[in-house]
Amino acid sequence: MSDETPRPATEPGDPADRPEGATARTGGTPAAGPQDGPIETRTRELLREVLSGSWLVSLLAIVLALLAGAVLIAVADSDVQEAAGYFFARPADTLEAVWNAVYAAYEALFRGAVYDFRADSPTRAIRPVTETLTFATPLILAGLGLAVAFRAGLLNIGGQGQIILGAVFGAFIGFSADLPVVLHVTLAALGAALGGAIWAGIAGVLKAKTGANEVIVTIMLNNIGLYLVAYLLTTQAFRVPGSPNPISPQIPTETAAYPLLLEAPFRLHAGFLLAILATGAVWWLLDRSTTGFEIRAAGANPHAARTAGISVDRVVILTMVVSGALCGLAGSAQVLGTEHVLTGGVAASYGFDAITVALLGRSKPVGTFLAGVLFGALRAGGVLMQSETSIDIILVVQSIIVLLIAAPPLVRSVFRLPSPDARPRRRAGAATTEVTA
Amino acid sequence: MKLELRGITKTFGSLVANDHIDLVVHPGEIHALLGENGAGKSTLMNVLYGLYRPDDGEILLDDEPVAFQGPGDAVAAGIGMVHQHFMLVPVFTVAESLALGYEPTGRAGMLDLEEARRRVTEISDRFGFDIDPDAVVEDLPVGAQQRVEIIKALSREARVLILDEPTAVLTPQETDELIQIMRELKSAGTSIVFITHKLREVRAIADRVTVIRRGAVVGEAGPETSEGEFASLMVGREVQLSVDKGALTTDTTDADAGADAFVVTDLTVLDPAGTVVVDHVDLSVRRGEIMAVAGVQGNGQTELTETILGLTEPVTGSIRLDGQELIGRTVKQRLRAGLGFVPEDRSTDGVISSFSVAENLVLDQYDRPPFASGVAMSPAAVRRNADELVAEFDIRLGSPADPISTLSGGNQQKVVIAREMSRPLRALVASQPTRGVDVGSIEFMHKRLVAERDNGTPVLIVSTELDEVYALADRVAVMYRGRVVGVVPADTDRDVLGLMMAGVPLDEARTQAATHRTTLGEADAVADHHDIP
Repeated sequence: MSDETPRPATEPGDPADRPEGATARTGGTPAAGPQDGPIETRTRELLREVLSGSWLVSLLAIVLALLAGAVLIAVADSDVQEAAGYFFARPADTLEAVWNAVYAAYEALFRGAVYDFRADSPTRAIRPVTETLTFATPLILAGLGLAVAFRAGLLNIGGQGQIILGAVFGAFIGFSADLPVVLHVTLAALGAALGGAIWAGIAGVLKAKTGANEVIVTIMLNNIGLYLVAYLLTTQAFRVPGSPNPISPQIPTETAAYPLLLEAPFRLHAGFLLAILATGAVWWLLDRSTTGFEIRAAGANPHAARTAGISVDRVVILTMVVSGALCGLAGSAQVLGTEHVLTGGVAASYGFDAITVALLGRSKPVGTFLAGVLFGALRAGGVLMQSETSIDIILVVQSIIVLLIAAPPLVRSVFRLPSPDARPRRRAGAATTEVTA
Repeated sequence: MKLELRGITKTFGSLVANDHIDLVVHPGEIHALLGENGAGKSTLMNVLYGLYRPDDGEILLDDEPVAFQGPGDAVAAGIGMVHQHFMLVPVFTVAESLALGYEPTGRAGMLDLEEARRRVTEISDRFGFDIDPDAVVEDLPVGAQQRVEIIKALSREARVLILDEPTAVLTPQETDELIQIMRELKSAGTSIVFITHKLREVRAIADRVTVIRRGAVVGEAGPETSEGEFASLMVGREVQLSVDKGALTTDTTDADAGADAFVVTDLTVLDPAGTVVVDHVDLSVRRGEIMAVAGVQGNGQTELTETILGLTEPVTGSIRLDGQELIGRTVKQRLRAGLGFVPEDRSTDGVISSFSVAENLVLDQYDRPPFASGVAMSPAAVRRNADELVAEFDIRLGSPADPISTLSGGNQQKVVIAREMSRPLRALVASQPTRGVDVGSIEFMHKRLVAERDNGTPVLIVSTELDEVYALADRVAVMYRGRVVGVVPADTDRDVLGLMMAGVPLDEARTQAATHRTTLGEADAVADHHDIP
């Protein structure tokens, strides 16, 4: 913001009334370093746009996505299709069928994700919410990891690969070592964090030292991670002796697994406590530590950060290591928490869903936690929803959420919200008037 | 053509950018519109040029009311505008630039540049512009590009010409040429509206001056009004234009105190393309001295300061602070060694706009006590620091927790200056310390810079504004194409400095200046003569 006369939003970038001080920099920008290409700038702009959106936009994106899901549920429902055949004769039938289809589907989603009021035992009734939290655990951990990277202006798309590597390290320590009870699970979890940290650290070092774009590198590392685990599961070290299946030996649940928080059949494990702990730790890291100050500074304005003596290269590497470590812990939630074996599909699609979780949570720790719980609920509820409609509806709903939070202006125009640019600008204008008084 | 604006009002949201502005420009008059950044000058001219629709008021040309739907209408009515940032396509020739938007077509819709070429030659000859119609725009010096813009406006029969901050990018000699051109145009009957915040130019060129403050006309005056009176009108209170510097505090004969504390030797820097941008530069600044680096924008000053800070590595040379070599150290180590740095581009390098004022005030101190112990930061200490500095540097804001983007440019710059001066310094490098800052804040910042000098700190100022150089410097180094053309005392003649800024060596510059005085230089000499009792 400058002290020049503010202009209406309809005249963006009219150079005529650019502030007198904003003369273009001449002779290139030596401070920019080699990695500030056009892709780089666009990545940062996208991140800044998405992360600066308001909570309201996040919330409305979810509402819109559920509405769009409702339309698809109705269209795909056979009763609705039948009733629509004689719509002009008896329109009420169609509307009733639509209501029934949508209600049944979303009721199933609720019963699968929160509380099953039709269950025959109290245990079964409350099991859904614990399932939601179980699914949410790796999403929260990986989401926090990606959020840290996003805050530093790094678009880490490699959650998937980092989760896989975390799972590989955690599982190997889990099933191969023979250690006492607390030590074993601690070492396995730390190993998982290390695995993820190494995988993301590769992208961080490459970016800092050579300027390689982290988006491309992390996507490629996802593929390498996927085939690496497939290969490892063919080796002696990772296979059950004598078995032809690409599945690792069982991880001893007494020593190396995260303890269950409730008795079976509940699957909720101590990994969820780890996720709560991690949320607090990430908050402290970003908002209360010097490292977080550096991460936020490098993310918001790398030029000013460099000028202030912050080594942006160091921040890039450090951020990726922290980000990968959290994703690695998400992998540990899988192998040490729920699966207790290592398979090729150990990461499911958590690494990609975590991107949405972090973006929906605006890369703030608490927001990411809540978004993780929401996505856990969609996953848990989706299972029961299948009986009413296609499972793909859940995927569509998730995708629409991604679409909408990536385009806040779209959500704003649907709900006729004011542009966020309008408010600070006017405030700035008012401040200027006061100040020059 | 007579131009009259009556009661022009333009608001953006709650901000009144123009408040019932009346302005009359007579035929063949050079009318200066004087005001600080953000006073509403550009808004008013954009209303006149049809870019904005006024909320109230009317525009009259030769006493006939007109309504412009867009710049096209304004151009058709005879209004031409030369923007501060030229609207030229770099790879076009002058003739092509002229044809752009009004392409004359010949048979079968083929572009006919002959007509455009002829117009360029005609106008250029008539006013002595010396512009070749086939020259490519990007090869022309800045002053010539500006003349291309003027030719464009004139070729569309402009009878009122608006010049928006036309001298911001010119050397004193180019400014002088522009002044000659303006006088030629004036005698040909063209009215000129000349937007500026530079008092000296107003007095040298304008027939009438209208001063705008906070969107309203606060006064109209003739050019005989003194600079001090103009400044007071612009700011709305008494302004001290020149800082009372006093003599050098240190005795240069005293070996220790007057020693060269900050020494740059044989510094050569290449840009990423391998071009030499800083060329074997030698500079030395004594303790308690302000050395100003003068020069037109883009002659290596940016790279020089960035190399001093450590953002760029030089290929040869050394930078010594109190005898310690800085090259090879990181930016953080240099800042720790007591180097203060005010970057040239505040919004890009000086502040992080989404960070709070308090955070920006510790941007290069965040990891030092009392703001942090180990890796844990102390928000209380950051807040306390902000409260103290906001009071000490008179930073006008709502709350230190607000993002710094809510502050005016002048107050943002105060944040940068406050941050750098709040720690013990052994040298201060400040680039364009008052760019885009209102007159009132300029005075304040100059005082602080001089106070820092009086503390015994060697201060290096980089400025493209000669007025600032004269206000602050004890000695002046002039840079041209990466080289230091010469280091001269601060009382060197304005014309000599201007010629040196165009690359003329000192001795030759003295000879040339003696034979040809520029208008502004003359005005200076007259003013000096009058000032002496």
